[in-house]
Amino acid sequence: MCAAVSVLTTLGIVVVLLSQARGFFQEVSLVEFFTDTRWTPLFEQKHYGILPLVSGTMLVAAGSALVALPVGLCTAIYLSEYAAPRFREVVKPVLEILAGIPSVVYGFVAVVFISPIIREIFPSADVFNAASASLVVGVMILPMVISLSEDVLGSVPQALREASCALGASQFETIVRVVVPAALSGIVASFLLAVSRAIGETMAVTLAAGATPNLTLNPLESIQTMTAYIAQVSMGETEHGSTGYNSIFAVGISLFVITLLMNLLSQWVLSRMREKYE
Amino acid sequence: MSEQSAVRRQRRKRLAARSFEWLCLTATFLCIIVLAALLSGIIYRGAGWLSIEFLTNGPSRFPDQSGVKAALIGSVWLIGLTALISVPLGTGAAIYLEEYARPGILRQFIQTNVSNLAGVPSIVYGILGLGLFVRTLAIGDTVLAGALTMSLLILPVVIVAAQEALRAVPDSIRHASLALGATRWQTIQHQVLPAALPGISTGTILALSRALGEAAPLIAVGALAFVSRYPLGPMDKYTVLPIQIFNWTGKPQHDFQNVAAAGIIVLLGVLLCMNALAVFIRYRYGKQIRW
Repeated sequence: MCAAVSVLTTLGIVVVLLSQARGFFQEVSLVEFFTDTRWTPLFEQKHYGILPLVSGTMLVAAGSALVALPVGLCTAIYLSEYAAPRFREVVKPVLEILAGIPSVVYGFVAVVFISPIIREIFPSADVFNAASASLVVGVMILPMVISLSEDVLGSVPQALREASCALGASQFETIVRVVVPAALSGIVASFLLAVSRAIGETMAVTLAAGATPNLTLNPLESIQTMTAYIAQVSMGETEHGSTGYNSIFAVGISLFVITLLMNLLSQWVLSRMREKYE
Repeated sequence: MSEQSAVRRQRRKRLAARSFEWLCLTATFLCIIVLAALLSGIIYRGAGWLSIEFLTNGPSRFPDQSGVKAALIGSVWLIGLTALISVPLGTGAAIYLEEYARPGILRQFIQTNVSNLAGVPSIVYGILGLGLFVRTLAIGDTVLAGALTMSLLILPVVIVAAQEALRAVPDSIRHASLALGATRWQTIQHQVLPAALPGISTGTILALSRALGEAAPLIAVGALAFVSRYPLGPMDKYTVLPIQIFNWTGKPQHDFQNVAAAGIIVLLGVLLCMNALAVFIRYRYGKQIRW
């Protein structure tokens, strides 16, 4: 009965996206979609190559991972291995606040606070740039990396730590050589989930990263991500049934497939780890 | 190896260990400092713009006359309708999965499905809502379409939370009830559900607070950014707080950014109240039941 709704939702997503995207692919060939390096559906000269949007998305995702993964992992290690229980009890709720802040707030922070600082340091940067978006998205996925990594670090059996210390290893050696490698697959899974969230993030990148589909690796330039394109088109007055309107479903289905693959991959990695210790 | 170099190696090792611990501690404090800087920056920009008029004015072309009234009421409508739709559905699905479904391929399939749905980007729900509710069912860009879309978005979260709450009810309660001659449904209705209620409501409130801060899917289903009047029924046009903030942030005038900051303070205030309510329920009612 009710559980059917969840299955129906999945089916709904696939069916709606596919049927609308089919209209798009009748006008634009798959070859053009995947190989053209320009994405200009709203201009006179229309080009539908998804590569600039994908590169924009990946640029922001990679940038945010660069921020969130090292800081997140170090924080998780500190909380799980070094911190006194009372310190942990205070810090964890604080980090949960960070997780509860809506993404539009991060977008505001990127535009109002981060972007001026970046332009101060690099005068050549665009007003809207990938770097400011990456930074805030990085902060956004930070709580996720921390809590998931800390969970897996905590689930490493205490016996392993004791055995390592009994063999004469210091606490540092135990952490780096025993605990982290033992939890590695779980940590990788948490990284994948966090990056998948960064890929799907919409509001912050729509506000901060700009609206210029741009095949570039320079984080100081204005770019557009897949999510931001969908938001931009659906906000505007694009005619229902036009190629421009249908294109958001084509982009949406690409986005859906990418994040689904990453989530499945992370579940697979995690399930492999569980077998090892139970 | 000479004794001296052994000592030096020992010292270097200790230094590495010490600096690693400091590195990790620094990372932890970095997170806290970022949060503090973020909140204080927003309060610094927005606090001066917060006033009673800000809560009672509608949107305006002039920053000093702008307010959040229409957006706030729109948010209340949206969250109310979303709760009405998603709570029965989510709880129902959880009851089915936990109480009725036998372990097997079907249950496994639904479970995997639910957890994967939780990872779908919110904007994808938005275009699903656009294709399904706004166009195909022709509901238009109304509060109802927004609430239906939002319900789909938070449904996986509600289901998982309700499942956990149901799982926490010990089997002995069920067995006792069944042994006294109650039917399966009577057992669920009179024993299991009341016992799981605090857990279910806590999870639901947290899911709804996520819906409150979410803007991306609503952009797709057409929550208008400039609505001067608030919705009176489920078929009215509407806007919500995050969309209003998004709109103000995107304006070029400097003052509108301060208005946006003030809007963010209101939004965070509402979210804080909802989370406090969830924590309150967990502590107040969670402790009454002892097994």
